[in-house]
Amino acid sequence: MATTSMATRPAVRAINVGVYYGSNKVIEGVTMDMPEHEITAIIGPSGAGKSTLLRCINRLNDLIEIFRMEGEMWFGDFNLYAPDSDPTQIRYRIGMVFQRPNPFPKSIYDNIAFGPRINGFKGKMDDLVEQSLQGAALWDEVKDRLKESALSLSGGQQQRLCIARALAVEPSVILMDEPCSALDPIATLAIEELMQELKKTYSIVIVTHNMQQAGRVSDKTAFLMPDENRVAHLIEFDDTRTMFTNPSDERTEAYITGRFG
Amino acid sequence: MLRSDYERDLSSLQADLREMATHVEQATRRALNALENQDLELAQQIIDEDDHIDRLQDALEDKCVTLMATQQPMAIDLRALMSAVHIGVELERMGDYAEGIAKICLRIGDQPLLKPLIDIPRMADRALTMLDESLQSHANRDEWLARKVCQDDDAVDDLYDQIYRELLTYMLQDPRNIERATYLLWVAHDLERIADRATNIAERVMWLVSGHTVGTGSMKSDRSLR
Repeated sequence: MATTSMATRPAVRAINVGVYYGSNKVIEGVTMDMPEHEITAIIGPSGAGKSTLLRCINRLNDLIEIFRMEGEMWFGDFNLYAPDSDPTQIRYRIGMVFQRPNPFPKSIYDNIAFGPRINGFKGKMDDLVEQSLQGAALWDEVKDRLKESALSLSGGQQQRLCIARALAVEPSVILMDEPCSALDPIATLAIEELMQELKKTYSIVIVTHNMQQAGRVSDKTAFLMPDENRVAHLIEFDDTRTMFTNPSDERTEAYITGRFG
Repeated sequence: MLRSDYERDLSSLQADLREMATHVEQATRRALNALENQDLELAQQIIDEDDHIDRLQDALEDKCVTLMATQQPMAIDLRALMSAVHIGVELERMGDYAEGIAKICLRIGDQPLLKPLIDIPRMADRALTMLDESLQSHANRDEWLARKVCQDDDAVDDLYDQIYRELLTYMLQDPRNIERATYLLWVAHDLERIADRATNIAERVMWLVSGHTVGTGSMKSDRSLR
């Protein structure tokens, strides 16, 4: 049973979302509001459709030929799957950070400037680069080496660079797909701390298989779980503190107490 | 700084406990005023206001449970949360003792007090100093001060002993004194319990700082009449 909250205006709203790969249904009937300026965590065991659901938000699944989505996905007043909507434009407004840091094999500076240049950015690029790196809490560490290769950065720095790169095209939502799974605990905490800063400006949806991370960082938590036919359902969606102290579904309780999954 | 929200929540526990302690202290002092001046209206007010202390404890416990469930506290952080929960319980019970004194006021009603209050206010002062110092020792992680609080409990026990003997004399002199003497004995007992609870807080602080359990009551000699 899914509950939705209307506490703040939703940044992204999924209405009865179902996903098919060819004739295989993989997600059924997900309805949830991901609030503005909050962090929504999506948790669940492997194969629960967490990343698939996340990628529905910025239409990244469109790149998979056999993908089909039913239901609706709204970004504010904008229907993301309207026939005339442009996935590329959507991905500027809804940025994404992936599991492994994936900087371009270019300088730190060019990694940030790449998106805005393609986008025809007319302002002061130096300012935008600084601002984006500041926003990702990386500026102080790299300001004297902007021309060096991004690949010379540590894993945690590379991930923050990827966040800065997403910020440079001025999104309003940031999707994070297990952003810390390739990072050590200290780099993980740095990203988690950064997320608390980012949510003041952006809305964040994060997929994590690290339940403790969901507990630490998120305001809302969604728990997805596949049924016996491997079709994923939204089991419960609530304030994180409620989910972690007094979940209403026994399957959520079993999962967060480590009794299955 | 890493985990700044978490850090802020952890340090806010100190302020929550201090707020509870301030209410307990005020309730106790006002209850003694009510007794001394036989102010039944004030006594009733103290009884009504105890709910507030209970609600503060509920909120504190809720905060601690949420932090434990979502932040995976370890080592000193875990002990800080556990001790905040324990100290919250102690303070809530102290509030009940203050309320108990107010209820005794109502039972005495307008009968004249058996004797002027001398040692009872003295006991209250000592017990409330212990409460204040136990909270200070918690705020400053001050093991030495916590140890002092435990040792000070002996003086409160001595006063209680003295009051007990004195009231016993009144009872022996004239059995008609028994009821009013018993009421005062109950008041003294409530104060003695407040001091004991302050000792528990201090023991909890020593555990918080050192990580080693201090056996209940091991810090004071057992001279009280309980």
